[in-house]
Amino acid sequence: MQIPAPFEYARADTVDDAIALLSRHGPEARIIAGGHSLLPMMKLRLARPEWLIDINDLYELDFVLRDGDRLRIGALTRHTTLLESAEIAALFPIVGDAERVIADPIVRNRGTIGGSLCQADPAEDLATVCDVLGAEAIVRGPSGERMLTMTEFHRGAYETAVAPDELLCEVRIPIRPRSGSAYEKVERRVGDWAVAAAGAALSFAEDGTIAVASVGLTAVGLDGTVGAVTELLRGERPGEPLFIEAGRLAALAADPVADQRGPIDYKRHLADELTRRVLRRASDRAAQSAGATGHPTTPQEG
Amino acid sequence: MQITMTVNGTDVTNEIEPRVLLVHYIRDVLRLTGTHWGCDTSNCGTCVVLMDGQPVKSCTVLAAMADGHAITTVEGLATGGTLDPVQQGFMEEHGLQCGFCTPGMMLTARALLDVNPHPSDTEIRRAISGQICRCTGYATIVRSVHWAADHPAGLTEADAAGGDPSALDDSAGTTTEPGAAAAEAAQAIPAAETEPEEVTA
Repeated sequence: MQIPAPFEYARADTVDDAIALLSRHGPEARIIAGGHSLLPMMKLRLARPEWLIDINDLYELDFVLRDGDRLRIGALTRHTTLLESAEIAALFPIVGDAERVIADPIVRNRGTIGGSLCQADPAEDLATVCDVLGAEAIVRGPSGERMLTMTEFHRGAYETAVAPDELLCEVRIPIRPRSGSAYEKVERRVGDWAVAAAGAALSFAEDGTIAVASVGLTAVGLDGTVGAVTELLRGERPGEPLFIEAGRLAALAADPVADQRGPIDYKRHLADELTRRVLRRASDRAAQSAGATGHPTTPQEG
Repeated sequence: MQITMTVNGTDVTNEIEPRVLLVHYIRDVLRLTGTHWGCDTSNCGTCVVLMDGQPVKSCTVLAAMADGHAITTVEGLATGGTLDPVQQGFMEEHGLQCGFCTPGMMLTARALLDVNPHPSDTEIRRAISGQICRCTGYATIVRSVHWAADHPAGLTEADAAGGDPSALDDSAGTTTEPGAAAAEAAQAIPAAETEPEEVTA
């Protein structure tokens, strides 16, 4: 029987209350939302917080809201909500691609975007998704709110820039016209972590060349996006030879380790192949997005 | 700490340690052992219960987190001695062999049918993709859910003479074993060892 070590439990009523509880109980307090990463770690004593601050009552953090040229997603938004949101599907199809292969439908009923990002597992799909979409994290603490780019937010495996007395409240994703995105993951079975995965986001300029491009990899030892691919694609017209070269560069940037999910060569091969696939699909979707509006300069309405 | 929740329509209040998992609270404190406890790692799904109508893996939810919420376990599926159509479907279509995954499968099926009364094969398979049947009886589980979708009012007199689901073992030719197991699961066990107090749910 796996039972967590003893801890004290408190339920926060508001964001301010959660921050006050975190401040009061110090670095040995942890936020719990879905709990599907934290509780298994607590059972194995890989995490041993003295206090759990339950934020599941903070409905103010459970929202998907379009705000001008940003989509704002509350940190407590469940995976199921992200997957079922028509607005997200229209604006950022990469999110649905990833959500369909995150854990399983029942775990997705509990897990949240904020929890996924703060858990910062190296094989976390939403981290890659947020990286390639150029998301920003809104973090609140006793001294107020601050906005972090994903580069600033990530600090490596299981570490983020969120201080012990801070709470990730929101993720903001820029909405760009003529854009497409995609995610693809190879997993051993439903609900498993990725052997490897890749995500891509592309935006076209009005002349049909690539204006903004980013590719990220999951579970193969790469933090952030592949800079060389961004450089390669910018200003170019989409096409297979370009995507093949992007795949090669992504595989070079990957630094996977061999484990029970596969040897290094296989994971590099996946980084290459999956990069090509997501670029193809993101490109097709961006072309559809540009065509669907009829007005190439305005973003597709969700 | 004190927690209060509604389990199968009954308010229950207990003093627990914060680290008690919902599955153990349900099984060991409420003595509702229809909820099975399997892998302990949120992989197998036999511990699935409904929390506010939504399937959750109760090995990875603290009982404290369910405080104030409504929980439905397999014991809550049947009403007044009449099996839920999902339970009847599992009997009709041999949806269980050893029965270990059955409580979780049936609750997920119930939740699915509540929002999608006519799911496709794919939708059913996707819904139960977080649950493992060690007998590998997925084909019959999917058929069972289809049966429930096709019989939203459950078994009618036209389906079985007498219409009494408890008579199914004899009349419908289902094997005694799964029928008996489902009938046993259907017996709503009251929260015997708890003292339901009138605390707000």
